[in-house]
Amino acid sequence: MSGGGLCWQDVLPGTVTLGASSQSVETGLWRSVRPVLDAGKCVSCLRCWAQCPDASILTGDGGSVLGINMFFCKGCGICAQICPVGAISIRPESDFQGEAVSSGRGVGPLKVGELVG
Amino acid sequence: MAFAEAMRQINPDVVAAYPITPSTEIPMKFAEYVADGLVDTEYITVESEHSAITACVGASVAGARVMTASSANGVGLMHEIFPIAAAFRAPIVFGLVNRSLGAPVNIHCDHSDSMPERDSGWIQIYCEDAQEVYDTALMSVRLAEHPDVLTPVFVCQDGFITSHCYEPVDFLDDEAVTEFVGSREPRYPLLDVDNPVSYGSFVMSEHYFEIKRNQMEGMENALRVCREVSGELARITGRDYPPVERYRTDDAEYVIVIMSSAAGVVKDVADDLRSRGVRAGCLRVRMFRPFPSEEISEALSGVKCAAVLDRSASPGGTPPLAAEVRSALYTSCCAGNRMPSPVQSFIYGLGGRDLYPGDVESVFEGLSRGEHFLAPRYIGLREGTGGEERGGR
Repeated sequence: MSGGGLCWQDVLPGTVTLGASSQSVETGLWRSVRPVLDAGKCVSCLRCWAQCPDASILTGDGGSVLGINMFFCKGCGICAQICPVGAISIRPESDFQGEAVSSGRGVGPLKVGELVG
Repeated sequence: MAFAEAMRQINPDVVAAYPITPSTEIPMKFAEYVADGLVDTEYITVESEHSAITACVGASVAGARVMTASSANGVGLMHEIFPIAAAFRAPIVFGLVNRSLGAPVNIHCDHSDSMPERDSGWIQIYCEDAQEVYDTALMSVRLAEHPDVLTPVFVCQDGFITSHCYEPVDFLDDEAVTEFVGSREPRYPLLDVDNPVSYGSFVMSEHYFEIKRNQMEGMENALRVCREVSGELARITGRDYPPVERYRTDDAEYVIVIMSSAAGVVKDVADDLRSRGVRAGCLRVRMFRPFPSEEISEALSGVKCAAVLDRSASPGGTPPLAAEVRSALYTSCCAGNRMPSPVQSFIYGLGGRDLYPGDVESVFEGLSRGEHFLAPRYIGLREGTGGEERGGR
């Protein structure tokens, strides 16, 4: 047996990993361009919210659009394409070098211990 | 039809299926049950067999009881997903109506569709008649979902021969089936959002091997659980199904090993030969995965010579059933039992060619003459003279 991992008797059946959720996967890492919301133009019609493939549109009480979750946003640009009032623009990621990702629920990569219950 | 009726009584949570001859009548009949409100099932219509089995896997890991059916190239299109279903320990019960794989296109029976799935991690049970298909469908729900097994099951029946011929079938009452199959209690259902889990995450060489070995444990337990479940059903129906059916093999000198519907022909011929003083028998292999090696080597321990009749080929190798039987006998020999008897391999019935009593009698005659060939022989094949030179057997 190589390494210090788990024995076959100790791994969970069915390839199951406990506590794993897409909420912990930072799909925003794939982004090369990003949408930028102009809150002054946005009318909170929620078309972007309905169409976003990664559920990255942040909404508040009453369905108002608050912003875009850059932890998940892959920069596909659908929101900018369908926005009826031009409130979302697409800008290259290089414009934002050095900025920390402040949103999302990043727990980092799963650890070996999380394979067992 | 027997399988569809079992599905109605089992009333699974989800069925996703795509029709292909000769399994079409199963999803077709079941769709009628759904339309007529006879079941509570979510019936998912899809655009291909690949999508059908994929939807089945998703529903199964969500926690649903799931059934489906397919044949031939439909089974082939599902191939990619079968090992995933097995690895997810998704206890899907699958009506596999055996049909030859194209090309050439042919709708009739052989086992060339299910045999490529023998290493997919699914249990494989081959049924002789419609009654056995019905009983096995009920048992397979319990077998697949048993916590020690958690492995999907192929319930195989011979296309058209078993699937479309009229024969009497003894059905249980709906209530008896409901009680027998119970309800599924999934261990890690994806729909339990308070306890989120992930299936099939990316795993590199650090743990892939351990996870696959863990999966095999379900298959290791399947023979024991199958005997338990079969015994439980037998107490209700009087019909018991051991992994291997021994028909007049106890004192037999010559035995033919075979699966599925053609076993009936072999049994008839064995009866006829017995009336003429030949100690002939039939060993019908019902479970192919897991393979009941010990039962088979024990059943063949006293014979002078055995023949294995395969309804599929393994070009360039030994036909699948013959390979397993020989391996079982060799293992038994290594365990200290006596040297195995010669095992002759035959291929029959490809593309739905019938196996006739005269064919079977010829095989028995060859065994009694002590004929032995190293390469598989063919039954019912038109062979021209000089075939060995031309074909290079």
